[in-house]
Amino acid sequence: MELGQHAGFIVAAYVAALIVLALLVVWVIVDHRMQRQAIAKLEAQGITRRSARPGVEDVG
Amino acid sequence: MAFYELANPHRFMTLARCLTPACAVAAVVLLAVGFVLGFRAPADYQQGETVRIMYIHVPAAWLGLGIYTLMAISALGTLVWRHPLADVAAKAAAPIGAGFTLICLLTGALWGRPMWGAYWVWDARLTSMLVLFLLYLGILALWRAIEEPGQAGRAVAILTLVGFINVPIVKFSVDWWNTLHQPASVFRIDGPTIHPAILAPLLVTTLGFAALFVALHLAAMRNEILRRRVRTLRLLAAAEAR
Repeated sequence: MELGQHAGFIVAAYVAALIVLALLVVWVIVDHRMQRQAIAKLEAQGITRRSARPGVEDVG
Repeated sequence: MAFYELANPHRFMTLARCLTPACAVAAVVLLAVGFVLGFRAPADYQQGETVRIMYIHVPAAWLGLGIYTLMAISALGTLVWRHPLADVAAKAAAPIGAGFTLICLLTGALWGRPMWGAYWVWDARLTSMLVLFLLYLGILALWRAIEEPGQAGRAVAILTLVGFINVPIVKFSVDWWNTLHQPASVFRIDGPTIHPAILAPLLVTTLGFAALFVALHLAAMRNEILRRRVRTLRLLAAAEAR
């Protein structure tokens, strides 16, 4: 479709929004992996939490 | 499920794990439908094709304000009711609120240049929105400055409540001062002044961005609960090492 003489501004606005939202999504995913890895590392050292005892489902 | 039952982080984690993908899918579908409708809608009689920027700018502005309001309610939850998840909710919401406010400012500048001839003017609406963004950054900095989560939560809750005074200022700035920014055109006593062909896609993209916020917020809250679990385990490890 034709976006007229201001197409550059319209496209730039959508690209800017997409970049900010993509950064938020990446932050959430990377942060989740980091926390899970940190917990796994600590648990491998024998440091466990109550919910990690046998018979308790892990919901993290 | 009663509100107080969500005070159990284990129960919240189970619920969040189910709701997050559902909200993410809803966000993708709603945003896709909203943008298709938005780009098929007629151009504005005055602003021409640049009105397409509204489908991201306006929802981002509403969410920037709405997320701050949610954080203020969470601040009350921290200080008054001492809800265990209140400061988790506030901390997880802050970067997302900052992101939507930044989108509002960036897209507003890109809309302002062709319409007003300037990317930025020190207009009451623009300035109060910039203050909202700076408040978000201040809150994020305060979270990082205090190591103990409970102490940080209380300090941030006070700052959030003090900063909430800016939310009605943003909303009513276009009524209280003579601004270059246009007055409210959707939430008005006499009804929206936008043509339904343009209003409908705006409402659909708003729902889409709101669903995206819920998905990101639930995921970020889960991460914050995990971060606190890591902290507890590290303290346990340090205690055992003595």
